[in-house]
Amino acid sequence: MPERPTTGQLVPRPPVIAPDYTPGSVTDAISEIVLKKPHTVPWLAAFAVTSLVVLGFLAGIGVLLFVGVGIWGINIPVAWGFAITNFVWWIGIGHAGTLISAILLLLHQEWRNSINRFAEAMTVFAVTCAALFPLLHLGRAWLFYWLIPYPNLMSLWPQFRSPLVLDVFAISTYFTISLLFWYLGLIPDFATLRDQATSRFQRIFYGIFAMGWRGAGRHWHHYQMGYLLLAGLATPLVVSVHSVVSIDFAYALLPGWHSSIFPPYFVAGAIYSGFAMVITLTIPLRKFYGLDGLVTDRHIDNMAKLLLATGLVVDYGYLMEMFTAWYSAERYEMFTLYNRMTGPYAAVFWLVLAINIGVLQLLWIRRVRRHLLSLFVLSLVIQSAMWLERYMIIITALHRDFLPRSWGMFAGTFWDWLLVIGSIGLFFWLFLLFVRYIPMISIFEGREMVHKAAREAGVR
Amino acid sequence: MPQLFHRGANTIARASIYGGLGIIGLFFWVIYAVNDSPYFDFVGVPRPQPVQFSHKHHVQDDGIDCRYCHTTVETQAFAGMPPTHTCMTCHSVLFADSPALAPVRQSYADNTPLAWTRVYDLPDYVYFNHSIHVNKGVACITCHGRVDEMPLMWRQKTLRMNWCLSCHRSPELFVTPREHVFDMTWVRDGDQRDMGARLVKEYDIKRLTDCYTCHR
Repeated sequence: MPERPTTGQLVPRPPVIAPDYTPGSVTDAISEIVLKKPHTVPWLAAFAVTSLVVLGFLAGIGVLLFVGVGIWGINIPVAWGFAITNFVWWIGIGHAGTLISAILLLLHQEWRNSINRFAEAMTVFAVTCAALFPLLHLGRAWLFYWLIPYPNLMSLWPQFRSPLVLDVFAISTYFTISLLFWYLGLIPDFATLRDQATSRFQRIFYGIFAMGWRGAGRHWHHYQMGYLLLAGLATPLVVSVHSVVSIDFAYALLPGWHSSIFPPYFVAGAIYSGFAMVITLTIPLRKFYGLDGLVTDRHIDNMAKLLLATGLVVDYGYLMEMFTAWYSAERYEMFTLYNRMTGPYAAVFWLVLAINIGVLQLLWIRRVRRHLLSLFVLSLVIQSAMWLERYMIIITALHRDFLPRSWGMFAGTFWDWLLVIGSIGLFFWLFLLFVRYIPMISIFEGREMVHKAAREAGVR
Repeated sequence: MPQLFHRGANTIARASIYGGLGIIGLFFWVIYAVNDSPYFDFVGVPRPQPVQFSHKHHVQDDGIDCRYCHTTVETQAFAGMPPTHTCMTCHSVLFADSPALAPVRQSYADNTPLAWTRVYDLPDYVYFNHSIHVNKGVACITCHGRVDEMPLMWRQKTLRMNWCLSCHRSPELFVTPREHVFDMTWVRDGDQRDMGARLVKEYDIKRLTDCYTCHR
């Protein structure tokens, strides 16, 4: 085969899987992390630290339930504070996992096979963290079941015209589908672990979760149909869940919230922050567990590109939001915009813009996309900026009301921050457990990739 | 390699899936059923009182009107509990030495009211007004049942919000002509719906289902 002529700086794309893998070595590489490798000091240290943070989180929740939401910084006029910020932030992070597992599957993006497993785990854990916050925000969290329409002795239903009720349905559907999707994908891998395991306890443990999977043709036939159907069900959720979250805001007749651009703008922001989180997780994982051959530079590059693409959509949202406020010539809309730009929270506004519009542009440069440390730092910076963005949207729309008489300021208290950090701790605590006890990369899809790569090489 | 699981494991797996769903369903049903039972709403449970006062005897045998004791039922929110003086209008003469009435005489002598156990006690977050109900044609027996057949008082209805709303949503199913409101034995002839629809119009009865109608 003749050498391909190189034009300029053309660099060949890295493969989706390192060429020296065989189906057997893929199985070993992934399953030994769960079955054979002993606990390492970094894992134990990380687990100890996150366990402490989770304890702090539980303490924060306990004090909150005992004393009430007064321990937070919220009050009139800013009645939505950190809890709603955290909720929107966490639920947004989950979205990248669903996009990877469902939409990229339906679009036959094979490279997703190496990252979908832990991206889905990320979704499940992020939704878990997210779902806690609206419940804690209720004040009387133990009456959370009033949100659900159920036959009761009061003859009462929730207000179905309220987006807050739609929220309950959106999130519970999202969590259920994400969990089922994750578990369905895991069944063949649990069977692999059951067969690879040496101790009787491990074999029974993984055997129960494998649900009698034998890898028969009939099993695979049903499995693939089920997986596709679930992917089809999950696909609209990528768009719908965060749209519903956004109409929690957009339904309110409040300048700064009452905007029809909110659903697409929020969805883009969700996927954007989610991809930042996937990158944050991928880079250390493949380093510590030596998975460079399975999660290659190609994946990192693709994710960075998706981060850039969704980030640009978010930027469009920013600009359109500002443009609409100006174009409406509406006094209160203009005031909210002006207050965001020059008011007491102006620093947050400009920081968000500087990162999400300015720093984001670094991703156009290939060297940045391939440089792991800068990409890792960038992903952390972007996630912080996305948290600040939600904070900015919520606080600046609320704190200066129509009447200057009712203006006020908001600042998070110790308990506010404890729950932010605590939920991050909970997320990583769950993720650390996941990494040790569940195959973090899909084994059978890895084998499939090896098979396809070998076939393609043979054809050439 | 021997089989990891016995053949019966399949049955156990299926049973645990369907059984799990069944147990969850049963759990919620039990919670609902217990909440809806007399254990919580006291329907049909005679309550102990400081004096064995019989509505059956006073209303049915003696023919005393409700308003003789519950004096403010037509004009105020609270129907009114009789002071001991009301009892003594008769019992200073009738059964004046009866040991069963000793607490009544004691109360009269000490000038301290009898501490009756409230049978129909609404939570404090509910605003309820007897006079408007009575004047719009809600009969005593509609909520309190056949008091003239109760030796000891018990609660006839649950006082749950769904019970309140059953009438507030469709008053035509319950409304009675005003002249029969205090009648324990009156039975309508004809269809309640026809009569109810007519009375709702005549008495200008509204379907008051706003939260703040009762939770003020």
